[in-house]
Amino acid sequence: MDKAKTLFDVIGPVMIGPSSSHTAGAVRIGYLAGKIFGEKPAKLTFKLYNSFSKTGKGHGTDKGLLGGVLGYDVDNEKIKTAYQEADKLGIDYAFEYLEDYTRHPNSVDVILENDNLGKMEISGISVGAGEVAITKIDGYKFNINGDYDTIILIYKDKPGMIYRVTALLQSQNINIASMHCDRKAKGKQASMGLCIDGGISDSVIKELQNIEEVYLIRNIEVLKK
Amino acid sequence: MTNLMNFSDILEMSKDKNKKLYEICELLEAENTEISVEEIRNKTGVILEAMKSAIKSGLESDEKSTSGMCGDDCARLISMYKNSKSLFSVLHQKILTYSLATIEQNARMGKIAACPTAGSCGIVPSVIIAVSEELKTNKDREIDALITAGLIGKIVSNKLALAGAVAGCQSECGVAAAMAAAAIVELYDGTNIQIINAAALTLKNIMGLVCDPVAGLVEIPCVKRNAFLSIYAVVGAELALAGIESVIPIDEIVDAMKQVGEMMSPKLKESSEAGLATTPTGLKITEELIQKWNN
Repeated sequence: MDKAKTLFDVIGPVMIGPSSSHTAGAVRIGYLAGKIFGEKPAKLTFKLYNSFSKTGKGHGTDKGLLGGVLGYDVDNEKIKTAYQEADKLGIDYAFEYLEDYTRHPNSVDVILENDNLGKMEISGISVGAGEVAITKIDGYKFNINGDYDTIILIYKDKPGMIYRVTALLQSQNINIASMHCDRKAKGKQASMGLCIDGGISDSVIKELQNIEEVYLIRNIEVLKK
Repeated sequence: MTNLMNFSDILEMSKDKNKKLYEICELLEAENTEISVEEIRNKTGVILEAMKSAIKSGLESDEKSTSGMCGDDCARLISMYKNSKSLFSVLHQKILTYSLATIEQNARMGKIAACPTAGSCGIVPSVIIAVSEELKTNKDREIDALITAGLIGKIVSNKLALAGAVAGCQSECGVAAAMAAAAIVELYDGTNIQIINAAALTLKNIMGLVCDPVAGLVEIPCVKRNAFLSIYAVVGAELALAGIESVIPIDEIVDAMKQVGEMMSPKLKESSEAGLATTPTGLKITEELIQKWNN
């Protein structure tokens, strides 16, 4: 890890081995992907790249990713039997082992599907010491690392949308720690990732959802570390 | 904890306040994270319990890792000790088995506490728990020792990233050994100066240790290296408790380790492109694993 922020970056985390980047990091990416999808998936496809692809089986990266989507924390002993757990829940899963050296050494695309939501593709990287980032959701750039409660929005790209969202947060005295926006094309769909200090209530999320032409909203709580 | 702190600042502060290093660490951590000293100690206690259960499970298992490269070495040692054959005292036997038990648990996807990393998770717990059993001390003292270890790792990490991919194994198992040496000195009621010297002497002698794992897995040489470096930490503690001092101050040693880490070839930093990983046997094992996993 880089400079330890707290004592517990050095002693801990309690985790399932063998690797903080390839096992615990994989669990966290899977976990965040599962939360971002927001419903029980019927089918999962994991595309592992580079070091994840080459050493993933020996590190249990596959089981970590799958267990993460099932909602496990890094210390859940069911990670080791994640395949069987997914079978029990009737979730289909497949893994592809690929190379693409234009991408981060520890990268994965998680494709989640069900009848209600259709398909969502979420990309993540494991940057070391169990720290991760979700870098893309359905082609939109994000940087979600679980250090903050994070609000994710996909909405119509038009004037005033950022204002409406941030004004609503301001009215609830919610401070924005960082913010990242992206769009596919002018006037089409756009995305917003907002890291906030402290949590946000379901009612505020509902109000955000009620803003017209917000297509998708998720509230991802800070990761337990 | 203020990130600007180096070891000389910490020692000075401990002298001014007339406190042990773990107490200083608790105070700084409480100030920095806005959680109480009691909560910090409780949280440390939870990690300590996880360390103890990893040792317990590891001692009872000879299950192989997913790759099949390791998993039954601890069982071999235990069986030798059952026949009363050993070069070591009971304390040293415990340290060796606890260390292997933990790192083998890690390799077989068991639950461990990273300390500071997963690949070095056997070193600190093995010495704290074995020495604590030997001294018949209590959980409070184990927590004091674990916080002392944490302080060492935390301050080192201000300058040196604790990751094999950045600075080689010196920054993972090496730093773990220094943390462990410091913890032992605390358990034996050594002085703050002795604690720092134990860490310094240990760090000085693992400088340059490379990270060259076979097939990129946390197994060869990591598993046996945990055993070696746990005993190595005992040497650091023993020398420091005798009043032997490191001529080079610890802050300068950490600077030197950082420099050595920067000069180390990337091929020797967790990428498995040199060293043990590319020996004929290392390559053969890697090839066999790729075959196995592709089928």
